[in-house]
Amino acid sequence: MSATTTVQAAPNAAPSAAPGRKSFVRRLFGNRSFVIGLVLVGLIALLALLANVVAPYDPLKGNFRERMLAPNLQHWMGTDHFGRDILSRVLHGARISLQIGFMVALLTGAAGVIIGATAGYFRRTDGVIMRLMDAFMAFPSIILAIAISSVLGASVTNVIIALAIAATPHTARIVRASVMVVREMEYVEAARALGAGHARILLRHVMANAMAPLVVRMTYVFAVAILAEAVLSYIGVGPPPPAPTFGAIIANGRDFIIAAPWITVAPGLAIVACVLGLNLLGDGLRDVLDPRMVVNR
Amino acid sequence: MGRFIVRRLLASIPVLFLVSLITFGLLWLVPGDPASMFLDASATAEALERVRRELGLDRPFLVRMGEWYMRLLQGDLGTSLLLNRSVTSAILERLPVTLSLTMLAFFFAVLIGVAAGVVAAVRHGKAADQGMMTLALLGLSIPEFWLGLVLIWVVAVLVPIFPPGDYVPFFTNPWEWARHIALPTFTLACVQMGFVARMTRSSMLEVLGQDFVRTARAKGLPESYVVVRHGLVNAMVPIVTVMGIMVGGLLGGAVVIEQVFSIPGMGRLIIGAVLSRDFPVIQGGLLFLALIYLMVNIGVDLLYAVIDPRVRLE
Repeated sequence: MSATTTVQAAPNAAPSAAPGRKSFVRRLFGNRSFVIGLVLVGLIALLALLANVVAPYDPLKGNFRERMLAPNLQHWMGTDHFGRDILSRVLHGARISLQIGFMVALLTGAAGVIIGATAGYFRRTDGVIMRLMDAFMAFPSIILAIAISSVLGASVTNVIIALAIAATPHTARIVRASVMVVREMEYVEAARALGAGHARILLRHVMANAMAPLVVRMTYVFAVAILAEAVLSYIGVGPPPPAPTFGAIIANGRDFIIAAPWITVAPGLAIVACVLGLNLLGDGLRDVLDPRMVVNR
Repeated sequence: MGRFIVRRLLASIPVLFLVSLITFGLLWLVPGDPASMFLDASATAEALERVRRELGLDRPFLVRMGEWYMRLLQGDLGTSLLLNRSVTSAILERLPVTLSLTMLAFFFAVLIGVAAGVVAAVRHGKAADQGMMTLALLGLSIPEFWLGLVLIWVVAVLVPIFPPGDYVPFFTNPWEWARHIALPTFTLACVQMGFVARMTRSSMLEVLGQDFVRTARAKGLPESYVVVRHGLVNAMVPIVTVMGIMVGGLLGGAVVIEQVFSIPGMGRLIIGAVLSRDFPVIQGGLLFLALIYLMVNIGVDLLYAVIDPRVRLE
């Protein structure tokens, strides 16, 4: 930690004043967490995108002569009770799960910015908006997502909506916190003095400088959404069958956990790989963007 | 302190109201007719009409809402469509099971998580730190329900002393209860421990870098005394925050874990209701869990005031 020594020498020096400061991209790629996470997520995303090409079998078609086979050379992750190839199902499952996770992160980011920036910038709306966000945060988020998904009816879109609603309040709170800090800065006052309107100040000055925590939060939301989607599918309120989501494959294997553990273990390891990659990515981004940032997660 | 408590309780009233409003509004999200979602397509017109009446769908929205609130204030959450009994009594019957699971997991997650975080901070950058932080990150990346299933498999093969199902209540046979609750508790605690360990570490690192810690060391105080009395005590505020947030994760996790280990708690009630679209039970369950979580968070805020007297004057 050479950074610590420099800080001790000049406790109040802004990081931008530090001599020999590496470029943002170089610092990012010098961060071990970020690089490992990027490689892991990139690899999984590539495999998921190419699932149609890479998957050795049809994920939905069973072969009754090859039921419940242990992992072997033909079926690297074995087969399930319908004789479906687990590896193919996991690859296609990764596609659905990553797609859901990505959409949830995007939707949550957008909603979080709109709600959080409004509350943080227009102080008169703050009380009402934040009390509403508090109320949403009073529900354990996974239960809220389960309830909304069940009420809306099972579909990929509804799962995305349910997970985004559950993740938005916390995101809005993070955006609001950074907007409240930035809006008091002198350059915002300067922009206002120059006659800039609310929209311009919010977009060009406030949001541009409040992005860092949001990006980190969105990475974590992506990770949490993959975990939550698995729970929803496992319980039976996820994308409807026969969609091979991670959670649905695990739910299929549940009754054969002793006889055919590979049905359950393989998709679970895939989830761990995805989520671990995203968490590493988030940790790396957080460390590089702002080591002092607090993003509760 | 008294004024602080009163202020905090008053501040939670609007949130409570909004929570109930969200819960009530859930039924409004249902696309189409909630009654036909509960019953299958073969249901008779009379059966549909009966369920509609039970859900109050035959009356105007505002009247229904007024009635819902009148009953809510009397602790009446309606009648389950499926179980044909009071939602409140069904929940209260199962609440102790879920709460005991949550509290046990909370205890172990905090105990081990804080210890691991402190050790990691003291051994900053060393192998112990890196090892523990890798484990904590791994914990955050594992789906709880999957870990539970894998444990059932591994334990069934290696050490068949922990049964995977057939929950026994504490008052029937404490020893059997302990055997049945051990695996679910371990599963739940494993994941949440990671949060506590990570937050403890970063909070401790911040405090241990402060001048007063250097002064304490310079005075020649023993290192363990410095770490606990000067370090941990001052690092508590963010740790307590995470503990509060963690209760939400634990309650949600317990609901799912009960499903994996066939524990007859609130989770099984809620998920059964979710799958059969038994709306009054879904609403009642949500409301109860939110209420518990809100109370925990009020407790956390009061705890801040105890730990850090500055909070009281804010």
